Amino acid sequence: MSGGAALEARDLALERGGRRVLAGVSFRAVAGAALLIRGANGCGKTSLLRALAGFLQPAAGDVRWRGAALKAATADTLFIGHEAGFRPELTARENLVCALTLAGEPARAADDALARAGLTARADAAFGQLSAGQRRRVALARLFASTRALWLLDEPATALDDAGVAVLEDAVAQHLGRGGIAVVTTHRPLAFAGGRSVVNTQALEL
Amino acid sequence: MTTAERGVWSALRWAVARDLTLAARSPAAAVLAIGFFLLAAAIFPLGVGPEPEQLKRIAPGVIWACAALAMLAPLTRLYEPDYAAGVLEQLALSGRPLAALVGGKAIAHWLAIGVPITVAAPLTGLWFGLDTAAVLVLVATLAPGLATLTLLGGLCAALTLGADAGRGGGTPLIALLLLPLAVPVLILGAGAVDATENGLSPAPHLALLTAFLLVSLVVAPVATAAAVKIALE
Amino acid sequence: MTRRINWFFLASPASFFAVAGRLTPWFAGASVLLLAAGLYVGFGIAPDDYQQGSVYRIIYIHVPAAWMSMFIYLLMAGYGVLALTFNTRLSAMMVLALAPTGAWFTVIALITGSIWGRPTWGTYWVWDARLTSELFLLFLYLGVLALHHAHADPKRADRAAALLAIVGAINVPIIYFSVKWWNTLHQGASISLTAAPKMAMTMLTAMLLVALAAWCYTFAVSFTRVRTIILEREGRSDWLQKKVSA
Repeated sequence: MSGGAALEARDLALERGGRRVLAGVSFRAVAGAALLIRGANGCGKTSLLRALAGFLQPAAGDVRWRGAALKAATADTLFIGHEAGFRPELTARENLVCALTLAGEPARAADDALARAGLTARADAAFGQLSAGQRRRVALARLFASTRALWLLDEPATALDDAGVAVLEDAVAQHLGRGGIAVVTTHRPLAFAGGRSVVNTQALEL
Repeated sequence: MTTAERGVWSALRWAVARDLTLAARSPAAAVLAIGFFLLAAAIFPLGVGPEPEQLKRIAPGVIWACAALAMLAPLTRLYEPDYAAGVLEQLALSGRPLAALVGGKAIAHWLAIGVPITVAAPLTGLWFGLDTAAVLVLVATLAPGLATLTLLGGLCAALTLGADAGRGGGTPLIALLLLPLAVPVLILGAGAVDATENGLSPAPHLALLTAFLLVSLVVAPVATAAAVKIALE
Repeated sequence: MTRRINWFFLASPASFFAVAGRLTPWFAGASVLLLAAGLYVGFGIAPDDYQQGSVYRIIYIHVPAAWMSMFIYLLMAGYGVLALTFNTRLSAMMVLALAPTGAWFTVIALITGSIWGRPTWGTYWVWDARLTSELFLLFLYLGVLALHHAHADPKRADRAAALLAIVGAINVPIIYFSVKWWNTLHQGASISLTAAPKMAMTMLTAMLLVALAAWCYTFAVSFTRVRTIILEREGRSDWLQKKVSA
């Protein structure tokens, strides 16, 4: 993973539905850093994440990835929103393989990833039949199998039990240890301590 | 093959494979589309009377119109479920050409819905008293014609993503957007069958239908990809 | 020394609001005068048609209305291209501002075409190429308006409507020619609205005057509409607050 990876927002302002939801947001996250975005409901956390993903063009300011202005969604980014992109008709394994193939990541990593997310038993159940917590774990499996540099996670701890949250923190810590960047919106406290190294975590309050 | 071409083919294959798998898990959509098509065609004789000469004369237009209408409702299944499940974000971030992914979805949709309607069409030919040559031409026009409607319909469906159902979204809106665009295809398709019935050659119609399909294959996925990006904002 | 005109000055809603506001009364006035002149020439000066008598005069409204319905769609699509390419808010608003006017011209063309048809063919409607194309053009306009209305988020509504307008514009000639071809295949009405009578100079003058009136009307009305849209959308912005409190 490139050591020059850096995500920067400069004086960012965002609009939704004709309303300005964010103004004057600036931050910089370098390789190996995590950025936690906290704030009340409806204060623009998801909009900010979507702007960082390149879906939403800023009303003012800009987003810079690897030094260049971000014009559109790039293949460096792993984005997991409230809905992680899994279809209820396919099984957990099928969904994961599909997602990995789409992203150009090795599909053979799927089984291992499912195991680390604790889903081996339910891997062949239809996604629609899984509980909310289990569905979130499929997203966790996606994290384990991903090789992308920038992770944008929208409230990834939702519906996870304590064990699940530990797995999430572990996955993110490993990603950061490899030099990746993670931007995570969250309600609850999350700590990404990777083994012995203290992880650079900034907090952004909206 | 250049890297870019390989990228396009690979994206197409991924999209077709996935969407066909999904369609196979929900066969109801195809069954309902065929059912609607046949039922809509069948009520016409009840309306206009069973007189064979009259039925034979109105057959091309009626059958073609019913096929076009039967394509409408399934279009809501082309993008809405993926939109709701967050798949469109993943498509945009995949690093693959979005137009190719979108084109693959359209191909799969045609195979899953358009082809069944085309296969069911000879039955309506029987009901309306079309002779064999006319039925063959009917099928030959429906195949490319419904493919074109799938491509244009996908564009209309993508444009309505995120529309509030209470403010007038869904199938009626897709119909309003698609049917004017479908006019040339309908005229050509029905015209070809009509020409065959009158002993004229349907070749010019078929040629033009193919031309429309080829143009749509190039233009529609690009426009649809733009519509998907608009929906992701 | 010439100064390069900064076109993007006009692209800002704030500047356009002021400019449009000043121009509108002139366009409105011009349209009334031109319409009066055109109708005077058409109904007063131009000679009776020896076959159709006085009734044909409705063509002086029908033909300009039909022209406008097509031009406005192209103009709307042009603004759509600007809106999607340059991401200017004003271009997107112009798409929305032009659509209702274009739709109304289509309705006028259809109604006047119908009125002309009654004494000529004995029926209020025939499926001739021009009327049929106008009917589907009306549906294309309604589609743009309905799509815009269906989206609650104004920015998304604007962009979706702009894209649809562009797609529709590409299809307008395709639809027109396929309908024309369909019409000849089916040996429809032998008298068609497209077979225009040989025009005397006065008749052409009258049509052009009415067409110019229609253009001025279109500008006046779209400017007014776009100013309303600007007010609705930018209600809380600084430049407007200053204007209101000034």
